[in-house]
Amino acid sequence: MEVRRQIGKHEETEGSLLGRKISRRGALTLAGAFGTGLTLGTGGALSARELAQADQTVEFYGEHQAGIATPQQDRLHFASFDLTTSDAGEVRELMRAWSEAAATMCAGHLVGGENEDAFVPPDDTGEAQDLTAGHLTITFGFGPTLFEKDGEDRFGLASRRPGALQPIPDLPGDNLDPSLSGGDLCVQACADDPQIAFHAVRNLARIGRGLAVIRWSQLGFGRTSSTSSAQKTPRNLMGFKDGTNNIRAEDEGAMDDYVWVREGPDWMKGGTYLVARRIRMLIEIWDRSPLLEQEQTIGRHRASGAPIGKQDEFDPVDLKAKGPDGLPAIPMDSHVRLSRQNPNERILRRGYSFTDGMDSKTGQLDAGLFFISFQRDPGEQFVPLQRRLGQSDRLTEYIQHTGSAVFACPSGVGPGGYVGERLFA
Amino acid sequence: MKRVNNLARFVIVGALLALVATGCNVDREWVTSRDPSEAEAQEEMQEQAAFFDIEGSPELDRAAREYQDYVDGQSELLVVRTEEFTSAVKAGDVAEGKELYASSRVPWERIEPIAEKFGTLDPEVDAREGDVPQRQWGGFHRIEQALWVENTTKGQGEYADELMSDVERLERKVDGVELQASDPVFGAVELLNEVSATKITGEEERYSHTDLYDIAANVEGAKVAFDFVKPVVKRENPELVAEIEARFESVEREIEPYRRGDGWVSYDQVDEDQRRGLSQKIDALAEPLSRVGRVLSGGS
Repeated sequence: MEVRRQIGKHEETEGSLLGRKISRRGALTLAGAFGTGLTLGTGGALSARELAQADQTVEFYGEHQAGIATPQQDRLHFASFDLTTSDAGEVRELMRAWSEAAATMCAGHLVGGENEDAFVPPDDTGEAQDLTAGHLTITFGFGPTLFEKDGEDRFGLASRRPGALQPIPDLPGDNLDPSLSGGDLCVQACADDPQIAFHAVRNLARIGRGLAVIRWSQLGFGRTSSTSSAQKTPRNLMGFKDGTNNIRAEDEGAMDDYVWVREGPDWMKGGTYLVARRIRMLIEIWDRSPLLEQEQTIGRHRASGAPIGKQDEFDPVDLKAKGPDGLPAIPMDSHVRLSRQNPNERILRRGYSFTDGMDSKTGQLDAGLFFISFQRDPGEQFVPLQRRLGQSDRLTEYIQHTGSAVFACPSGVGPGGYVGERLFA
Repeated sequence: MKRVNNLARFVIVGALLALVATGCNVDREWVTSRDPSEAEAQEEMQEQAAFFDIEGSPELDRAAREYQDYVDGQSELLVVRTEEFTSAVKAGDVAEGKELYASSRVPWERIEPIAEKFGTLDPEVDAREGDVPQRQWGGFHRIEQALWVENTTKGQGEYADELMSDVERLERKVDGVELQASDPVFGAVELLNEVSATKITGEEERYSHTDLYDIAANVEGAKVAFDFVKPVVKRENPELVAEIEARFESVEREIEPYRRGDGWVSYDQVDEDQRRGLSQKIDALAEPLSRVGRVLSGGS
């Protein structure tokens, strides 16, 4: 298995910054201490670059995979892969190589052991070399087709498939393109800088060459959710604040109730399910809709983000409130009302605005929301929610779901481990 | 110390190569408009720069000599087949010209990276429409257009003669050059790069749709080149060799269904999904193949 060639010496990334081994968390603390003017003591100086680097990293290893509950970065490169190998051992080796390369990149280091030999292409493609780690997170997931494709148990994993990992059924209003849907494996790379996110996907695709091919991929240029109470609520391409009511990572109770898996096969405990939907916005139509119509569609005021009739973004949504005309202040078919009908359907959203340029058939902007949500059971959360929205949401006049995928993201792993190790063991 | 010198030369050569690329592909007039002796000197410099001078082990030197024999043989075969093809064209036999076109190009495609090193030869023999100014456009694809688009050999005699003299010139040049171990090592990947860059899309043989002849010949040439250095690589890194061989087999399996008798189906019968599948197999092969270069620096 030549694929292991790419594996970096991630142990080095743990750093021996002061001539002794310290953890990255330690490096963070040191960086913080340095920032407040404290001296570092003896044993050699940290370079400015090392400090900057340490401050920009998100730990790859841990109880949960990073990129779910960690604060959402501004840029995304998401890629769905199809496996071309039929050998389960090769899939395992791929996950091992990917995990180690991911840990290396998340620590801000070059992938691979050979980047100097003039006679071979360098292991790392190089475009992130002078950048920081940019809070890069890489999250891996397994699609339903890893366990069964066309009725075939391709890798002998069918018995380990969790019941909750089912393809997203056809939903009302779907206009899905099969070439933008599904996949055996997924890689979600998020970072502060799009080049860092791209670099991550590119190098993982390269490592996987011969074993897996990219089925589809999506760049996201701006986050449309907050996953931490420290973050301001961003706006999506409709101009409205998105994700005001999102689950916050700090709300551990909600994370446990709605996001982290507690049941099913052991390998999924501490993991979660990722639903991805490419939602094209009919931008030109939205842009010529009056503000009143836009606000009635969403159920919020555009400028403040407050529920209709309220002042502040975080004012509670009162679905019983009546407007001056005696009708519900928040319309019956508004997005906010329909999204809240069943409190058990809460999800952690982590989506991004995207554009793929122009639709050459219509001359219109091809842009929208690349929706990503995490939940402990898509069939109980995302699916009923979207079924209701697709049927009744006024917003469906302005959007089209063009891509769809679901992936099981296993728990995190400790240093030296690889994502999915309990599945492939 | 020798290593350092070689590396330094490698860098210089790379820079010269970049110059050469701009000089001959973008504006061929730049070379030809100067007086003949200067143009000749220019071409000679390009050729020298195009060949690496890397000291190898006796084993690698042997691989280079074996590859040289292969390249010599293919350039001779190219002369023979081009002779048959151009004779048909000059005799005004459209059907025979179409019949012989693709197979006359096969030896060229097997050794294309070597042919490309000889300054203006590549654009003269193998330019596609638009690669060079229209009035300078000749070679295989000029005749291809006449045969398939205009269904004629009219006016092609001049191009046929030039093509013949160009492939003869190639044969003489190949004969006079000493290939290095780097030629089969880098050549194998370059042949696959040819497939990835212009063949897989169907651009190369846009009139005749005989792209699969080129693709198969590129892959075959890459396999031969790799086979010469394989013993050295195998000793250093048997896993890499096993991986490359498996991927060659997987490419060959992918192409095989398109075989028809001695030739291949028309490329316009290969749909988008099939082309992508083939492209991905080529990428999967070229990636490990690109790591064979490590033998040149004494590692694996």
